Amino acid sequence: MAKIPNYRLPFEAPIVEMEARLVELEERYTSARTGEESAANEIAEQVRRLRRELIGLIRTVYANLSPWESIRVARCDARPQTRDYLTLLCDQFIELHGDRAVGDDQAIVTGLAHVGERKVMLIGHQKGKTLAERQAANFGCAHPEGYRKAMLKMRLAEKLKLPIVCLIDTPGAYPGIGAEERGQALVIAENLREMSQINTPIVCVVIGEGGSGGALGIGIGDRVAMLEHAWYSVISPEGCATILWKGAEHAPRAAEALRMTSREVLKMGIIDDVVSEPLGGAHRDHREAGSNLKSYILRALNDIERQPREELLDRRYARFRKIGVFTEGD
Amino acid sequence: MAQKRPGSASTWQEHSESKRVPEGVWMRCDGCQATLYRKEVERNLSVCPQCQHHFSINAWERISQILDQDTFEEWDANMRPGDPLSFNDRRPYPDRIKAEQERTGLKEAAVTGQGFIKGMRVVLGVTDSGFIMGSMGSVVGEKLTRALERATEQLLPVVIISGSGGGARMHEGIFSLMQMAKVSAAIARHSKAGCLFTSVLTHPTMGGVAASFASLGDVILAEPKALIGFAGPKVIQQTVRVQLPEGFQTSEFLLEHGFIDRIVQRSELRSTLAELLDYASA
Repeated sequence: MAKIPNYRLPFEAPIVEMEARLVELEERYTSARTGEESAANEIAEQVRRLRRELIGLIRTVYANLSPWESIRVARCDARPQTRDYLTLLCDQFIELHGDRAVGDDQAIVTGLAHVGERKVMLIGHQKGKTLAERQAANFGCAHPEGYRKAMLKMRLAEKLKLPIVCLIDTPGAYPGIGAEERGQALVIAENLREMSQINTPIVCVVIGEGGSGGALGIGIGDRVAMLEHAWYSVISPEGCATILWKGAEHAPRAAEALRMTSREVLKMGIIDDVVSEPLGGAHRDHREAGSNLKSYILRALNDIERQPREELLDRRYARFRKIGVFTEGD
Repeated sequence: MAQKRPGSASTWQEHSESKRVPEGVWMRCDGCQATLYRKEVERNLSVCPQCQHHFSINAWERISQILDQDTFEEWDANMRPGDPLSFNDRRPYPDRIKAEQERTGLKEAAVTGQGFIKGMRVVLGVTDSGFIMGSMGSVVGEKLTRALERATEQLLPVVIISGSGGGARMHEGIFSLMQMAKVSAAIARHSKAGCLFTSVLTHPTMGGVAASFASLGDVILAEPKALIGFAGPKVIQQTVRVQLPEGFQTSEFLLEHGFIDRIVQRSELRSTLAELLDYASA
């Protein structure tokens, strides 16, 4: 029997229900095939109709997601993470560990990779799938050693004249005693400063969660994009809700107020592109999500290289320099 | 700041607030609870004469304490924030800005410009922890970036004195986050030009301000017992669920862990800056 995946997204309830009906109908068709032909044909027609309906339903549900629902998609357990994309995008990946100072943070994965015809340095947050992985990676919340590791590998990429690809997927940098003792604020600040000067093309894509400074710490690039259902914000919706409305249960309201969906962030001119996801979200079709991301990265790198090489850092500076909304004069 | 379990959730509000010298002839010190003559505290640069508790001071008071008298030339004085998100938390953001402007007499949380310290020209930026908790939105980011760019063009040293319990200002959403990138890139250029950037951390310096320009000084100074860190103590406590160590995230803690160069009493700040600037003008 076909297994129906349930992604436990509340707004997918009608989809899950229809999928169950479809499976039931398909089973009836299988058993009817041995019986009378006209009855089997009728069921076959119903199956086809329901399949079309299902696609229509998924399209409708996903076209009308609220910001909060979109965030639920970004956080969905089944959504592909950096290590999934490594398999999906890369023909080769040589993982490089460690920050040469404190340890090897599992929340940030770094290594040399082949993406299509390209050799790149790939850097990405990893949240983990199993409980053990999640705990080892602190749910994708990196410590200072993670940001330091990322910077070290970026320096290597610069030396080897390899472009850098950063996949961002973190609720935020880890808030803990050790993280503070080892300079969480400093390492993020240093990455912002250094990434503005790393003299090799950088493409950043928020693949899931773009949580504040923890995301920005590997987020300075010549092209910055988001997957369709990713979010990117100065603060998590829960954090904002706790501060402003005294309770994390107001997170849906905060998600709206912060304008953190890919569409909003693109409209505000903060990112360059939105990478579309398969129908019904990346979690429904890892392969297609991977192939969309791969073609975006290759296209972005080609675009960057069409610009005069000596202007790279000036253009990167100007890209961030222009961001801000204010008025002057009396 | 009193030594009252800095980690406990109940003290976080008091902690991240910047306590000013209160009105009235007499006042109580937050540090030692002594009753003090207000004028005497003010004469002492808003530091308690008995326990050395450093009260928060506003941007203009700071500038007058640091610079040679009447040498400050303010830049971008009329820059005001927009409302890119049409943000509304209990009140619309433009109303909040207006109320803060009236309350503080400032247009925004940062004042920038140039002046002299013991005869040496310097570009100065001050963030005022009293204006929406000293948080950085587009105006703070733009003012500091312009100040750094002008300093780079003219090969001038920069001093930024930070006070920010708010970090990146959430009312301007991702625009605030991007100011961290913008200012940090300007610091990189200033540094490449061979200029000195001195960062002075005051109570409190947190979040996106700590995770950008405040931590990027070639030399980093801090006032005593300031709260300095990335995540707020309350958030950390909720995450790790253990008692935070005594003195966690204070200036003294950062000095011990190697993240700042010196702790400087307010009375020594001007002369320390002057001594440092002297090395940069060789």
